[in-house]
Amino acid sequence: VNGVHDMGGMHGFGAVVREGHEPVFHTEWERRAFALTLAMGAWKRWNLDTSRFARERMPPVEYLAASYYERWLWGLEALLVERGFLIPEELARVRAGIAADRGSRVPLQEGALPVAAVPRLLRNRRAARRDDPVPARFEVGDRVVARNRHPTGHTRLPRYARGRRGVVARDHGVFVFPDTNALDQAEKPQHVYSVRFEARELWGPDACPRDAVYVDLWDDYLDSA
Amino acid sequence: MSARHDHGHRHVDDPSHPHNAPLSEVELRVRALESLLTDKGLVDPAALGELIDTYETRVGPRNGARVVARAWVDPAFRRRLLENATEAIAEMGFIGRQGEDMVVVENTPRVHNLVVCTLCSCYPWPVLGLPPVWYKSAPYRSRAVIDPRGVLREFGVDLPDDVEVRVWDSTAELRYLVLPERPPGTEGMTEDDLAALVTRDTMIGTARVAAPGT
Repeated sequence: VNGVHDMGGMHGFGAVVREGHEPVFHTEWERRAFALTLAMGAWKRWNLDTSRFARERMPPVEYLAASYYERWLWGLEALLVERGFLIPEELARVRAGIAADRGSRVPLQEGALPVAAVPRLLRNRRAARRDDPVPARFEVGDRVVARNRHPTGHTRLPRYARGRRGVVARDHGVFVFPDTNALDQAEKPQHVYSVRFEARELWGPDACPRDAVYVDLWDDYLDSA
Repeated sequence: MSARHDHGHRHVDDPSHPHNAPLSEVELRVRALESLLTDKGLVDPAALGELIDTYETRVGPRNGARVVARAWVDPAFRRRLLENATEAIAEMGFIGRQGEDMVVVENTPRVHNLVVCTLCSCYPWPVLGLPPVWYKSAPYRSRAVIDPRGVLREFGVDLPDDVEVRVWDSTAELRYLVLPERPPGTEGMTEDDLAALVTRDTMIGTARVAAPGT
């Protein structure tokens, strides 16, 4: 989607505001929203791309007004209903801040993340990389152009790079393809490259002639230039 | 802590919410969600506590600082780090979620690297912990790619024109760590003392490592 999450190159957001001695979490609800998202993700009813896409579907005015963990919370709530963990009426009560009836608690279900499994979950070394022997369409040094495409689903090809020419700087190997993976269609494993775009190619003649932006792009985002 | 998280108490280390303040809408909402998911047997409250504790107290930028210091004192490690960052960092025990596939980019007198995620907030958790708010903010995500020198100036890094700025947009599942330049005057320092000089921002690329005593 051409959403407001795709922020690279936008103007008007002002200076980067930093906080001295910033805590990891600012409030208790941020801790809980963070942990709930990871714990429910461990059910594997959705993948990382699905959850990114869920946050990207937040209405743009709300997205910009929301804090980081409010976006996480919004995405989690959407997925909980879409994947059948909650019915819409339950979510409506949650959003109204109405706590569940505590009389009806059931034991931890098979598939949930028990505390003993947390270290293994967090130390898992395998995520989106795949061993599929997919041939690379490009080699380091190849000139490429990012496709000018505007999918209404999920994509990791930022708008500022579309239609721009760059050079393959590094082949990272084979990874699942987010555009299809986010929709649970197929993993479609393929090579991901660091593509170097000169700052002037992206931003025009006012950009510094030495500078460059490296964008990690999948084979399906690129054509030979 | 196998007992259910006590929703009735307040955390004393939460300065934004003094005792007796009414709960905000989002606080009520998260509490309602947690209690519902717990009642349904979908989440283990003890697991939530463990997830929080891991990133609040055990994983953070001190890990990355140790990687940087090791690279400064051990040329063979530095080579491995730049060739295969994932494996070199794993040698030090820093592995896992949001660091499954690592890339380290090296600052030199001619090249300055800066890391961003314009599309969300991708960040190398095992070596840096969870990202600061500014890294996730619209100003940083929008400007780092189009105005990296302006952003760096706001952070106090003024780069001469003959230094090349390379911005790494974390659009895929690679996670980037900047290997900052070792400052002058640190020749005799131990690895531990060197690690103490390395701040989080130097590994994102928004700061340079200050020489000791400056």
